[in-house]
Amino acid sequence: MAAASAKGKGGKARKPSPKKKQKKEFFSEKPPKELEDSDSPSEEEEGEEEEEGNDFGSEIYSDEDDPFADNFLQGSDEAGKESGSDLESESDESDIEEKSRAIDEERAREEEEAGAELQLNIKEESDEFRLPTKKELEEEALRPPDLPNLQRRIKEIVRVLSNFKILRQEGAARKDYIEQLKLDLSSYYGYNDFLIGVLVEMFPVVELVELIEAFEKPRPICLRTNTLKTRRRDLADVLINRGVNLDPLSKWSKVGLVVYDSQVPIGATPEYMAGYYMLQSASSFLPVMALAPQDKERIVDMAAAPGGKTTYIAALMKNSGIIYANEMKESRLKSLTANLQRMGVTNAIVSNYDGKELPKILGLNSVDRVLLDAPCSGTGVISKDESVKVSKSSEDIQKCAFLQKQLILAAIDMVDAKSKSGGYIVYSTCSIMVPENEAVIDYALKKRDVKLVPCGLDFGRPGFTHFRENRFHPSLEKTRRFYPHVHNMDGFFVAKFKKMSNSKPTTRPSETEEAVEQATGPNDNGTNIKNNLEEKSQQLRVPSDLKDRNKMSDGGLGKRIPKNGKDESDSTTKMKKQKRKFPSRKEISKAREEKRKVLRESKASSKRNKRAKTA
Amino acid sequence: MRPLDEKETTAVFEKLFKFTGNNLKNIVESSSHEGVDENAGCYCFRLQKNKVYYVSEALVKRATNIERDKLVSLGTCIGKFTKGGSFHLTIQCLNLLAVNAKHKVWLKPTSEMSFLYGNHVLKGGLGRITENTTAGDGVVVFSMSDVPLGFGIAAKSTQDCRKLDPNGIVVLHQADIGEYLRMEDDL
Repeated sequence: MAAASAKGKGGKARKPSPKKKQKKEFFSEKPPKELEDSDSPSEEEEGEEEEEGNDFGSEIYSDEDDPFADNFLQGSDEAGKESGSDLESESDESDIEEKSRAIDEERAREEEEAGAELQLNIKEESDEFRLPTKKELEEEALRPPDLPNLQRRIKEIVRVLSNFKILRQEGAARKDYIEQLKLDLSSYYGYNDFLIGVLVEMFPVVELVELIEAFEKPRPICLRTNTLKTRRRDLADVLINRGVNLDPLSKWSKVGLVVYDSQVPIGATPEYMAGYYMLQSASSFLPVMALAPQDKERIVDMAAAPGGKTTYIAALMKNSGIIYANEMKESRLKSLTANLQRMGVTNAIVSNYDGKELPKILGLNSVDRVLLDAPCSGTGVISKDESVKVSKSSEDIQKCAFLQKQLILAAIDMVDAKSKSGGYIVYSTCSIMVPENEAVIDYALKKRDVKLVPCGLDFGRPGFTHFRENRFHPSLEKTRRFYPHVHNMDGFFVAKFKKMSNSKPTTRPSETEEAVEQATGPNDNGTNIKNNLEEKSQQLRVPSDLKDRNKMSDGGLGKRIPKNGKDESDSTTKMKKQKRKFPSRKEISKAREEKRKVLRESKASSKRNKRAKTA
Repeated sequence: MRPLDEKETTAVFEKLFKFTGNNLKNIVESSSHEGVDENAGCYCFRLQKNKVYYVSEALVKRATNIERDKLVSLGTCIGKFTKGGSFHLTIQCLNLLAVNAKHKVWLKPTSEMSFLYGNHVLKGGLGRITENTTAGDGVVVFSMSDVPLGFGIAAKSTQDCRKLDPNGIVVLHQADIGEYLRMEDDL
């Protein structure tokens, strides 16, 4: 048996292998056994494998335990001898069986070990991503920021968060990962904590990284053909002759061109100076397209400098009608007038007012359309101005939002709801922050009789109707948001209002809205007194057929949006709250009593009865 | 904002006449489609802060609400009065002049940039020139592709231009569109 196995081994040992030769020398004392070569290739192959396996095992070689090792060694002794003799013999068959089994086992063992090693490697890699401990973080804080490490960690966290259940580390909550991600993003890209925090709340993690990456790169330069002087095709030809590499902007614009590169400075060609085109970012086309000014209208542009949008409006109107271009900052006025003159705009009046004063100057309800491209925090144009990353804080955003709310009310007041072709207000900002965008729109909806209408820009993302704890009016989905990583233009927000009536609702709390259905008889006294009084008052809605709305301009007109279900509960709570005030103002309560009697007579409903009871 | 008085009006019209000649009536009497009325109004001149503006009447009416120191510009600015009281045309009236110009000069492409930097036009850069230009006439300068580049005063008559050596000055520069970039603040 042994001899047969030895033969097998010997045959195998014939294969050139440095290891085996070594072993041969090593164990040369062993008496060489009879060798017979085996010719079966399978056995040889097996033998090779086995020998390799034995190479493993040879480290722990011991004569007694491992017959194979023994044979191997002896076989290797014979390696030099080339003897080709058959292995086959009957006794060998059972040996072969044993051998093959052994070989199989070896192979299985090898595979297992290899698999285990592979597993070990994989495990090491996924385990490798662990949130750094406090100590590690402290160490890192001492060293200068290790950018590739940060980059890798950011990618890893994104990967973990996208498949959280499976890839999470035990004991680590989602919050921990997000905290670490925020820290890494702010140190890698240079943002302050506030801004990163807001962005994390607004976007899912993968999109967040895309957005931040997109902010790092500049958007392509665009220009707008001045249709007062030339056509896009002609301009493109002329510029291409000068060596500018350009293309039409997109299918949504008939006047836009995007510049890839240029041999001449694109802002200094004779065509530029002759006013054939204007350098303008693609996002600035959008509010004017939404505004859609018609010929012979009166338009106000409340924050007009440097004049890209104003000149576009004039081009769309073909120099008819009137444009009031207003700009508060004197230093920017020069560029505004220069651009207007250069582009051949003849229907513009430029003024230097604070936007909030404009309604007084131009008169209430006097113009057809207003464009308000509000001053904002500029978080959508970080690619143009990196200082925004670190300079904006919560107070800045609040201040901007406050200013924007005042401006939008002024804008709405200027528009004439009864205008034949107009009655629209477009509000736009180059920011992606919700307090500056959706919150301002919501405020306007509550404070004035306006309605959101579709902008006509289908390729943007609808605005938020709810965000964290805020709940906005459902029509806010008609507003549009634009992002650099989705639309390849600066972050932008556009909303279009239609003014429904020229009346202003009375001052009331911005939190609750009530439109109570009541017919108003001759109760102007009651309404006026009531309006002067309370902060929380019930609104009277005047059916349009009863009264001319203009006469009742300060007579407490509610918004048209009925919220009847809410009204009932709110009215009862309000009644309870109002109860507190009644005792202190007897006259007023009497007036109210009288009014209520009148109302009760005119419309009998349980709601009113309740009020009468509580009053 | 006020209308021009006699003296000022004559000064303005004199300057314009140099460039447009008899076409001046086109400028003064052209109908405007600005403003919201159905009928086209006329244009008029107004003075605001030493600058003369060429505006249509509809715009003027509307601009009266705006306070004097808050009104920055209206319509097209055509020139300004210097402290000494003389009137100079500025580049913004180029559109107006180009349409109504009597004498025109076309520049070769090679010398376009030189003119746009504020240099005078030399004989070597001259492409074409209208006939009957006399010295001292106002000329409007165009590029070969009929893009208006600016205006100036003819230094020589057309006949003399032909005899001039290549470095002789043909048109004295007064204003060019390069000023929009070079002197934006002064406009």
